Amino acid sequence: MNANVTDTNGFLLKVEDLKTYFPVKKGLLRRTVGYVKAVDGISFTVRHATSFGLVGESGCGKTTAARSILRLLPVTSGKITFDNTDVLAADGSRLRNLRSSITMIFQDPVGSLNPRMTVGGIVGEPLKVHKKITGADLTEHVAQILSKVGLSPDHINRYPHEFSGGQRQRIGIARALILQPKLVICDEPVSALDVSIQSQILNLLKDLQQEFSLTYLFIAHDLAVVQFSCDTIAVMYMGKIVEQAPVSELYNNPLHPYTTALMSAIPKIGAPRQTDRQTLKGEVPSIFTPPAGCSFNPRCTFAKGRCFTENPPLKPVPDRPEHLLACWHI
Amino acid sequence: MINNGELLNVKGLCVDFFTEGGIAHAVHDVGFSVNRGKTFALVGESGCGKSVTALSIMRLIPDPPGKIVAGQIFFHDRNLLELSEYHIRSVRGNHIAMIFQEPMTSLNPVYTIGEQIVEAIQLHQNKTEAEAWELATEMLHKVGITDPRQRITEYPHQMSGGMRQRVMIAMAISCKPELLIADEPTTALDVTIQAQILDLLDELQKQTRMSILLITHNLGIVAERAENVAVMYASKIVELADSRSLFDQPLHPYTQGLLKSLPRLGFTGKRLHTIPGIVPDPLHFPAGCKFHPRCPIGCDDKRCRTIEPQLRQLDSGSPRRSPLVGEVSPMADEAKPGRRVACWYAPGYEKPDDPKTL
Repeated sequence: MNANVTDTNGFLLKVEDLKTYFPVKKGLLRRTVGYVKAVDGISFTVRHATSFGLVGESGCGKTTAARSILRLLPVTSGKITFDNTDVLAADGSRLRNLRSSITMIFQDPVGSLNPRMTVGGIVGEPLKVHKKITGADLTEHVAQILSKVGLSPDHINRYPHEFSGGQRQRIGIARALILQPKLVICDEPVSALDVSIQSQILNLLKDLQQEFSLTYLFIAHDLAVVQFSCDTIAVMYMGKIVEQAPVSELYNNPLHPYTTALMSAIPKIGAPRQTDRQTLKGEVPSIFTPPAGCSFNPRCTFAKGRCFTENPPLKPVPDRPEHLLACWHI
Repeated sequence: MINNGELLNVKGLCVDFFTEGGIAHAVHDVGFSVNRGKTFALVGESGCGKSVTALSIMRLIPDPPGKIVAGQIFFHDRNLLELSEYHIRSVRGNHIAMIFQEPMTSLNPVYTIGEQIVEAIQLHQNKTEAEAWELATEMLHKVGITDPRQRITEYPHQMSGGMRQRVMIAMAISCKPELLIADEPTTALDVTIQAQILDLLDELQKQTRMSILLITHNLGIVAERAENVAVMYASKIVELADSRSLFDQPLHPYTQGLLKSLPRLGFTGKRLHTIPGIVPDPLHFPAGCKFHPRCPIGCDDKRCRTIEPQLRQLDSGSPRRSPLVGEVSPMADEAKPGRRVACWYAPGYEKPDDPKTL
């Protein structure tokens, strides 16, 4: 299968103009009166064995985008190509195959593990479902993957409540990796963990990526976390990508006013206290009634003229083909 | 008792929880003081005892299973732990107010926010209904809510997370408390809203000279917003310092490990530093120094494994070279008064006449 990867120019996942709208229903007859544009026309490509980060605040559509790629949500329009397969057209056995090569690690290590199942049961279930492996074979596979994620094979017969938060997240990682997926979607994998445990998990994800040449789609709100884990980052705001660039480029040369505000909002250690911090005024507007023009305009200090009428397209910055930006100001 | 601007003084606080599995020592021998008009931060990971410390100050520890078994908490010159339930109720809200992490669950969904703020005002202040509503509107304006006359009639679900936290702050400051306890006030909020809320607290502190006891796990917030910090680990304070010294030269291996393991903007290394192992279970704390099983230098040391180091002021006359930090930073020569640490290996920790020295 790996040979096929080159056919899509080294891209494992290609998302084109993806739109996921949710209907808003009102009244006795539940008539559709409008749409919430949770994901509104995003495009990106993820190269084989790299990490792509989707960053943004709550409600920006990053999780909806991920769930759309897994076909867990009905997509309104767009095209998703994964490993030469048209994801949105897949059904039956092809969809099942797809879901064994794209797996997910969830944010909440407590809620995402069934408390009534043993660790062996949780981690082994995907193999039973997808590969029909059972018995001693299954146990061996589970033991193997557990030791890869830093747990002991003796843990197989224990229950999730016997583990700490970090260990539970390792169980979730083992479950995601046991099918030997190509793409792993990590949805806020460390935000529910303690600081001293976060770095253990981030290092583990990096090690596993190298060992199994995994591709990650990393979803997070913490810019420092994605900076460590990702090669390319896309910043989302109200369902759209507003800026996208390779990680060093984005951190050294952030251009979109939202990106710079997001970076300056992070409290920093060691730097003198910022007195000129650009605190963003206001809040994210309601997604039911998005503003006309650029959706960032109510909070933007540079907004003028065109910003209130026309939505800026995402296009490359002059002389930097890899740096994409959607802003009229620059 | 209270001099040099000290508002709150916690001494030797011990809180135990009596559970089916045994006695959990949630807080053990914790002591610190908060100065007037300043921000003091309690920082640590989940389960370290920071929230229990805050609840003890408000006398809100659920009993049973919890119990404050030892210690004193002086507020002005009164020991809060000796007050009757009647008297502590006049302190709560009036003199010490608290805001919680989860702005959704701390507001009652069936009352408008106005009714809730007015209830708090009328409970603590001798005001008529009309005066209380007027004050509530003024408070909402003060915390940066636009169009307060309209919003005061709304219900919590009509507001965003950041707005709800502003309402909580309005309620907390409506009785002009001298001490505001903020327990993870921004953890549930997005970063841009977090910055707004922290700026608001700064602003209010400047106006009213109230003291803030900030409880957080976010070291970045501590570095930017607090004058003094106590780092807690497994029910104890392991390091106490002014925040500049703490971040310039952390002395306890736990503090050092935490600071090194943070992913920071601009970090370009391939791997993050990690602290091995996990936070110990409060029912089964290790013997000796509670951090020794995870400590890079203490794990093999007999003394670290058997004798628990107490929080102690450093001896300024001793050599400043730390085996942990490895190099002498310029800050080291100005031994800051009040800097305390609980580690056998911290420079200047041991006194020559220490009977416990092996």
